[in-house]
Amino acid sequence: NLLIGKMKLPQFSFTVYANYTDKNLFEYKKNAIKTSKYNLFSFLPLNLFEQFSRLANAYFLFLLILQLIPQISAVPWFTTAVPLLIVLSVSGVKDANDDINRHKQDKQVNNRKVKVLIHGELREERWMNIQVGDIIKLESNQFVPADLLLLSSSEPLNLIYVETAELDGETNLKVKQALTVTGEMGDNMDDLSAFRGELRCEPPNNRLDKFKGTLTVDGQQHGVDNDKILLRGCTVRNTEWCFGLVIFAGSDTKLMQNSGRTTFKRTRIDQLMNILVLCIFGFLATICAIMTVGHAVWEVNEGSAFTAFLPRQSGVDIPLSSFYAFWSYVIVLNTVVPISLYVSVEMIRLGNSFFIDWDRKMYYPKKDTPAQARTTTLNEELGQIKYIFSDKTGTLTQNIMTFNKCSINGRNYVSGELCDFSGQRIEITENTERVDFSWNQLADPKFVFHDYSLLKTMKEGNLEAQAFFRLLALCHTVMPEENLPGELNYQAQSPDEDALVTAARNFGFVFRSRTPESITVMEMGRKVTYELLAVLDFNNVRKRMSVIVRDPEGRMTLYCKGADTIIYERLHPSCSKLKDITTTHLNEYAGDGLRTLALAYKDLEKSYMERWLERHHEASTAIEGREDKLDVLYEDIETDLMLLGATAVEDKLQDGVPHTIEQLAKADIKIWVLTGDKQETAENIGYSCNMLREEMEIFVVTANTANEVKEELQVAEERLLATMKANAKELYQHKTQTVPDETVNGEYGLIINGHSLAYALQEDLELELLRTACMCKTVICCRVTPLQKAMVVELVKKYKQAITLAIGDGANDVSMIKAAHIGVGISGQEGMQAVLSSDFSFAQFRYLQRLLLVHGRWSYIRMCKFLQYFFYKNFSYTLVHFWYGFFCGFSAQTVYDDWFITMYNMVYTATSVLALGLFDQDVNDRWSFRYPQLYSPGQLNTFFSKKTFVRCVMVSTYTSLVLFFIPWAAMQDSVRGDGKDVADYQSFALSTQTSLMIVVSAQQMFLDTFYWTAINQFFLWGSIAAYLAITFTFFSNGLFFVFTSSFPFIGTARNSLKQPNVWLTMFLTCLLCVLPTVAFRFLHMQLRPTITDKVRYKAREEGQPAPAPYRPPPRRVSTRRSSYAFSHSQGYGDLVTSRKFLRLK
Amino acid sequence: MVKEEQEESSNRPDNTAFTQQRLPAWQPILSASIVIPMFLLIGAAFIGVGVALFITSRDIQLQELDYTGDDSEHPCFKCRTNTEKCTCSMTFSIPTLFKGPVFFYYGLTNYFQNQRKYGASKDDNQLYGDLNYFTSPSTDCDPYTRDSKNMPIVPCGALANSMFNDTFTLSHTVNGVQKIVPLDGKGIAWWTDYNIKYRNPSITPLINAFNGTKKPTNWPKPIYELDTTDVYNNGFINQDFLVWMRRAALPDFRKLYRRITHDDYAAGLPAGNYTLTIAYNYPVHSFNGKKKVVLSNVSWMGGKNDFLGIAYIVVGSMCVVMSVVMLIVYARFKFAEDV
Repeated sequence: NLLIGKMKLPQFSFTVYANYTDKNLFEYKKNAIKTSKYNLFSFLPLNLFEQFSRLANAYFLFLLILQLIPQISAVPWFTTAVPLLIVLSVSGVKDANDDINRHKQDKQVNNRKVKVLIHGELREERWMNIQVGDIIKLESNQFVPADLLLLSSSEPLNLIYVETAELDGETNLKVKQALTVTGEMGDNMDDLSAFRGELRCEPPNNRLDKFKGTLTVDGQQHGVDNDKILLRGCTVRNTEWCFGLVIFAGSDTKLMQNSGRTTFKRTRIDQLMNILVLCIFGFLATICAIMTVGHAVWEVNEGSAFTAFLPRQSGVDIPLSSFYAFWSYVIVLNTVVPISLYVSVEMIRLGNSFFIDWDRKMYYPKKDTPAQARTTTLNEELGQIKYIFSDKTGTLTQNIMTFNKCSINGRNYVSGELCDFSGQRIEITENTERVDFSWNQLADPKFVFHDYSLLKTMKEGNLEAQAFFRLLALCHTVMPEENLPGELNYQAQSPDEDALVTAARNFGFVFRSRTPESITVMEMGRKVTYELLAVLDFNNVRKRMSVIVRDPEGRMTLYCKGADTIIYERLHPSCSKLKDITTTHLNEYAGDGLRTLALAYKDLEKSYMERWLERHHEASTAIEGREDKLDVLYEDIETDLMLLGATAVEDKLQDGVPHTIEQLAKADIKIWVLTGDKQETAENIGYSCNMLREEMEIFVVTANTANEVKEELQVAEERLLATMKANAKELYQHKTQTVPDETVNGEYGLIINGHSLAYALQEDLELELLRTACMCKTVICCRVTPLQKAMVVELVKKYKQAITLAIGDGANDVSMIKAAHIGVGISGQEGMQAVLSSDFSFAQFRYLQRLLLVHGRWSYIRMCKFLQYFFYKNFSYTLVHFWYGFFCGFSAQTVYDDWFITMYNMVYTATSVLALGLFDQDVNDRWSFRYPQLYSPGQLNTFFSKKTFVRCVMVSTYTSLVLFFIPWAAMQDSVRGDGKDVADYQSFALSTQTSLMIVVSAQQMFLDTFYWTAINQFFLWGSIAAYLAITFTFFSNGLFFVFTSSFPFIGTARNSLKQPNVWLTMFLTCLLCVLPTVAFRFLHMQLRPTITDKVRYKAREEGQPAPAPYRPPPRRVSTRRSSYAFSHSQGYGDLVTSRKFLRLK
Repeated sequence: MVKEEQEESSNRPDNTAFTQQRLPAWQPILSASIVIPMFLLIGAAFIGVGVALFITSRDIQLQELDYTGDDSEHPCFKCRTNTEKCTCSMTFSIPTLFKGPVFFYYGLTNYFQNQRKYGASKDDNQLYGDLNYFTSPSTDCDPYTRDSKNMPIVPCGALANSMFNDTFTLSHTVNGVQKIVPLDGKGIAWWTDYNIKYRNPSITPLINAFNGTKKPTNWPKPIYELDTTDVYNNGFINQDFLVWMRRAALPDFRKLYRRITHDDYAAGLPAGNYTLTIAYNYPVHSFNGKKKVVLSNVSWMGGKNDFLGIAYIVVGSMCVVMSVVMLIVYARFKFAEDV
């Protein structure tokens, strides 16, 4: 194996040798992708290490060790060991399961097949076995498995088409072209396997749009740029085959480099919980210190005198015994941070995730895709979203263009009414009779149109209508493909053109084939070949495209389509009346957010044309200023046009998008659109999904320098601030880390371009940007790179104390999905990148409202109630020990029986609170949709915050006081009905713990649970029954016989629960705990009802909500010009007329 | 359409009430029509119960005699710090018939039977009569596991070691003659303690079981000599021992000593003068403890305790007041139903 051309090129540090078989020589990355964490052997040590690095688990391990020390062990070791073991195994199983799923996904991606050239023949290889330097063969619709240098292709000029939507979200096909020197090899296996190129290039990086390198072949150097590189994540389209040389593999690929680091996401409640747990530790230390001091004082005053009955152990003086007491109390009171907290939280999240997976209303039958909660630890945050960052293509839109309306010679043809998309629309379109195109053999069966009158007009032979469609069939850059006669496929660079040419095809003007000099069209069944004299190509300045053709009769005509404003400037004065009518139609189209084009033609005189063609030839062969000269020529001929009409193409939104956006807006969620698409397109979508409205004032930032961007932002900001109340202005300070929410009067929108965004995201401007953007109702960022998307998300995360959600479908959204608190992927599409890195996935944007307004809200409410309840029950439970300390010489004597301590959190109170955390609903889903305002408590963090925690601690302190002091007072000197002792420690323990069980269950039962399913009832009564059954069992003779020393409470239950005064005491205790809460809640509901109270009340009165009245969207007539239906870049005109372009068959 | 529904994809989630979160449920609301009558009802019931409890408690007769002897005038003052055997007696009078059955309690204050180490200082296996634990008692009993000669102590531990050992005789002065009131020491401990939790080893005579063991250091006589007259009240199942071993929840406690159920006193103690003679053995002076004797009769709800009755009345009244407040608030503010 020879290495040819070993020239040193110091500026490029990365070198690839084609077909070099001794791969071990170089440290290249393998193409296999690994996202999993463990293997079979590393699982146990690694997982245990991870689990013990969590504060809570380490703490319990520490406690367990403490309990093994006899001097301080106040409770037996099993009270901690059993729960800890359960906790570790539950999380271990969950982690293992997650990792197995990751292994499966990795395996699926790594095992995709691709053809690799090995020893002169093609072999199927798995993706993971591809190595740098391999030459691989790709076919149409295949994914590119690694970053490749394109070598050759089946298409003329060594072109291939790729779709990069996965990478940058741009939907139009892109052209890549191989170097001639490699392209000559074609698909000759011998040449390819003998190819010894050496590519020196920049090291792996994350810039998608740049590549620099040199390819050395036979000593000759050739520059290589981005046009010759195929990136992983692209899809090959419309290309029979191509060959590529692998240059970056696996994690070196630009896609992977761009995907950002995977960070472990924690919810805000998680963070709050961590803070609270730390506070509780502090609290615990404080009360233990109090007890220690108490212990020391007691030992000095009482204990030293009591030594006749309880002598000190040798060597244990007061300081040492106080030191022991401290740790003993740590053990006794540790239940304020219950070990089961974390496990229960995880289980509730897991359960709520399953409900998302199971939801039929988020299942998309057309793609057979159910919703999926891929991360099961973020649920409650779904109920706190404040900002949504959405991609456009494939997320808001379907990425399908449909020919929707047209205006021909002043007559408006409308395909179906553009109505509200939420369900209604589907019904109408499916029930409405479609225009039958069966008379036309060449019609595209997928084309749908509803206005019969247009077909009638066509069949009547209306000349204008015919000219209209003739124009559509002639003036474009689409390539036809007819593999079998009659089976016609179009290859269009933009979906707009495809839609227009297909419309013409179905209405009888079938574009059949083209050569560089001619276009053949079947006109109402008659084959007509036009001579193509010139193509006046599209570009972003001209905003129009024209063709000049000569028909078989020799008439020469110019056909032009373009943005309406541009065409209108060039019309013949005689069209003015038609122009007015068409304008009203265009306004209507724009109001509906459709992409429009105006169509016009011009008959050309022979003499003029000949002269023009001569000049054209001169200009196009000119060496200097060719572009300018051609432009002048084009301007010259594209005048005095005759208007034919206008077309309206719908960039089809996904079903229900405007309704969803409206609902989310009502829930006070802000939606920002971040798209790689151009400004007009993005703006148009903004209008069509109601985010931008006619009455809004819209600021557009498109400047190209930092200063200009700053100026534009400041202008907008001043304009916004002027509407604010004067005093509110001063609240804002640059120093604060968080930017407060500011409200402005009126509605504003902000549109910012990617290149301006690059400046605006710099440190000195980012606050200006954020502030301006947050005051606007709608923000659209267009032409942004994947990294910028992530930066925008990070910006909001950094300065706004708000939860963000990013939703997207392509690989270009991955970084944003990872950056946001919650990432949502649109599944069911071809690419999987977005879904793989997302936390939740589903098939349709409209499911977002169900995910947030129903699942998110419920999860949030459930989690908050769960946590409040959990802290309540544990504080109430633990503080009783504290009060008892004052009466037992601060000796760390527990109030309850050891078995009760072991079972309390794991058994007695675990299940019913889980049922609360899994099944509770304040109102059902239909009411949730009816009142999206119900969502706002989550955004404001009302249900669980430091404040509510403090309140919760106060309530539980009260409960513990009642729980201790009522039995304390009632039992003073009390005896049984037969005079025997009942004021003993064991009876006291039993009555206190029974009261606690009842209080904790009753509190939950009547106050916290809103939604009592049979399961809740079962768990609640089951817990109480289990408590009684277990208590009686553990206090029974049988167990005492077998394990004498473990069950010292023998007989206590029988002896004391027979006594009416014990029951009366417990009854009083329970009611005294619960009644104040009932009274408080009732009064609170009367005096300051929350939105939840009101809706619950209404729901109770009315049952199910009345369906919201169907409101057709207001018919808007826009004076705004909507975007023109060109979505490709210039240059295709040359391509289609290029002789080499056509396949040599 | 119909066909599609029949051929459900396996990916489509099941349509069950559980998975779709449509389980039928009871959704209670704290509405005025429930809360206000509930408070009123609870209030009324509580006041009723409270009054009944209070009256019952008030009717219970109680005679309390502090015999610690802190006061130099007190007949037991001399015994206060005496380590030798010491006897003192106190007289008291009962104005009206003290209805029977009368229960005779001794009481201690400032005595921490609920101290953790004190309470744990015993060996349940040993007390259950397991001979293995006679020879090697649990270390929980430290420092009363073994004596200075390393002999195992039975019963071991601080709890047993500190058993209360004052004894009392009560005599009734009838026509100037002291008549001993018979005290019944049977059945004063819990049935479960007597029959199940505590057992003597099944060796007769009992003394043989205790070979190679020592009596607790504070005890004047070993456990198998607690009651030599009655095998069923000797050893671990001695009633006084059982009562002592059931440790109190709070530092001020009283324990049943005897019942007065026999002969002339079955119906109660008649009015008259009585003398209590105390064999004063148990030292409490060092830790400022108090010793007392309590004579009391009981009702259905146990001994005399006014707290419960008063608490019920107070809570009941508060509920009634609260229900009125809530009614007023409800009538005046009645929350706006518009959403």
